[in-house]
Amino acid sequence: MSYTTTANHDEHHDHPTGIMRWLTTTNHKDIGTMYLTFSLIMFLVGGAMILAVRAELFQPGLQLMQPEFYNQLIGVHALVMIFAALMPAATGFANWMLPLQIGAPDMALPRLNNWGFWLLPPAAILLTLPFTLAMFGIGDGAIATGWTFYAPLSIQGGMGVDFAIFSVHLLGISSVLGSINVIVTILNMRTPGMTLMKMPMFAWSWLVTAFLLIATIPVLAGAVTMLLTDRHFGTHFFDAAGGGDPILFQHLFWFFGHPEVYIVLLPIWGFMPQILQTFSRKPMYGYKAQVISLWAIGALALVVWAHHFFTVGMPVPALLYFMYSTMAISLPLAVLFFCWIATIWKGSLSFETPMLFAIGWIVLFGIGGLTGLVLADVAADAQYHHSYFVVAHFHYTLFAGGMMGVMAGVYYWLPKMTGHMFSERLGKLHFWLTAISFNLTFIPQFFLGLAGMPRRIPDYALQFAEFNAISTVAAFVLGLSQLIFVYNIVSCVRGGKKATDRVWEGAEGLEWTLPSPPPYHSFTEQPIVK
Amino acid sequence: MSNNDAREQANKKLGFKLLWIVGAALLFGFALVPLYNVLCTMTGLNGKTNATADVTSNKVDETRLVTVEFTSNVMPGLGWNFYPEQPSIKVHPGQIETVNFVAKNNTNETVAGQAVPSVSPGLASPHFKKIECFCFIRQELKAGETKLMPLRFYVSTDLPTDVKAVTLSYAFYSAVKPSN
Repeated sequence: MSYTTTANHDEHHDHPTGIMRWLTTTNHKDIGTMYLTFSLIMFLVGGAMILAVRAELFQPGLQLMQPEFYNQLIGVHALVMIFAALMPAATGFANWMLPLQIGAPDMALPRLNNWGFWLLPPAAILLTLPFTLAMFGIGDGAIATGWTFYAPLSIQGGMGVDFAIFSVHLLGISSVLGSINVIVTILNMRTPGMTLMKMPMFAWSWLVTAFLLIATIPVLAGAVTMLLTDRHFGTHFFDAAGGGDPILFQHLFWFFGHPEVYIVLLPIWGFMPQILQTFSRKPMYGYKAQVISLWAIGALALVVWAHHFFTVGMPVPALLYFMYSTMAISLPLAVLFFCWIATIWKGSLSFETPMLFAIGWIVLFGIGGLTGLVLADVAADAQYHHSYFVVAHFHYTLFAGGMMGVMAGVYYWLPKMTGHMFSERLGKLHFWLTAISFNLTFIPQFFLGLAGMPRRIPDYALQFAEFNAISTVAAFVLGLSQLIFVYNIVSCVRGGKKATDRVWEGAEGLEWTLPSPPPYHSFTEQPIVK
Repeated sequence: MSNNDAREQANKKLGFKLLWIVGAALLFGFALVPLYNVLCTMTGLNGKTNATADVTSNKVDETRLVTVEFTSNVMPGLGWNFYPEQPSIKVHPGQIETVNFVAKNNTNETVAGQAVPSVSPGLASPHFKKIECFCFIRQELKAGETKLMPLRFYVSTDLPTDVKAVTLSYAFYSAVKPSN
């Protein structure tokens, strides 16, 4: 479906200024900016929480906090990072870049878009408010179950669980609205001549992501609603005394939770090949193979959830099914890795900051993927389950594969968004500090896991002391290096060397045909794709 | 302008169509509750077995002996003692046996409890047949009362031959609502 558009958005040109501009905006660039800013703030909030945790883990014994508060910090850290930092970052990129990449004047449903964003701040407040309330003696703090809400622990928990449930409802509605908007935009708003198979990879990856979101977020919403009624309205979905089953909660949660990891990673797999081709100055390798792999991973993601609880006591046939199906995901993922590497193979490489992040991302995300293959093995998982090996593994996928991917995207598109170049020197410094301290934080955690240290404990046996000390020091370097990132972004927004339209020498795609920064209303004349 | 209106209409239409997927996914989440129970009961996954068995065909397989072990737990919130009279029993498949569990209310008020059974290995659970069980209904004990709770069962003859021992575990929960 394609339509011809003419310049008729001009009547909206006199948008309100000040706070009203941001509250009432339906402009995709404004909303994208708000999503990205929100994501950056919550990234720092979630990071501060986990630095407190690492400080506690610096030495064995309890120094800084009680176990109850420790439990709250780790759970809220995860919820904040996943729902309030990674997902809004991906949605922010989608808002900013999808219309520019497919030649659309705006997102398809602009008012829905505004609502989708403004649900996020209340959700973040709901999630963290119990911390503040507890300071005034109200309640016993935030949710302390870890981000997974496992019943029956979450049924017994304090009012922090209720706050988190309502927060998840809001976050879920926001994601579903954002996803519907993305699907409609991609299917209905492409400029004439841009067939599906000519779309940028970012659009393809977001299409898969959006379908995964609308298929799985409602299941999570249902599961936490059941939890709520179990807690307050006398139902027994997860209460064995009334005929319910706590294991059912794990199935429901991970039916959403596994696709969720692809939901946060897929958008990054979309723009990463675009970054790689830009700085390799040659076309993307294997476009069709990548598109097929994205869909294959999206489909497989829906049928492998039980590998998150192999040790719960499933029968052998179920274990085997979930092991083989999980391992099958590595095939399309290997195709993607091959395509990414083949894209830079024999290219004319240059190593600007986005490219450094992109290449570091391939290596580190590769480690995350391979250690995931170890955990997918039922026999090995019996030993590694719930150990620090798992913690290290999913930080390689979600920090290196997720956050560092987002950082690559930020550096890649920041000059386009702001019209200014960022400081290349600070960007490179940020990359090297991040990459090195990230590895120093999490490689020791692999060893801790192999040595048998369980996760989610505030105190540990003496033999784990050295690796924990190293990990804590590196985590603080990692956390503080992000201040360079913030400084670089802020100073780039405020000024700097003027960016050209194309910004990067090898950049391809419609967004680079517009001025930097793009005008408030772009593509009022439709571009033609041949 | 008309082009633009047509596009807005098409966008809204597709947006509402996508809402159907959201609704279907929400329904699917709730449908998983009964589906999961049916699946577990049919296949014996999770050791779910709480149906009343009939005694129409009770051919006894004298060539095999299976050990049936009993364990019991009292969940927090229920001030009872609860244990099997004997830790295990050897039975021929098909042979009907009765064993007793002992429950004692240590509190000084009438309390209702519900026992939830689980059989392991899970694949043996469809072959573990209860004819009569105290776990079929909610049990009530008066203050300080001790009660013998009988279980009549047999292990069906089609139990896989590699299963030599079956463990039946009971968890006694405080029943959430008092019985009438």
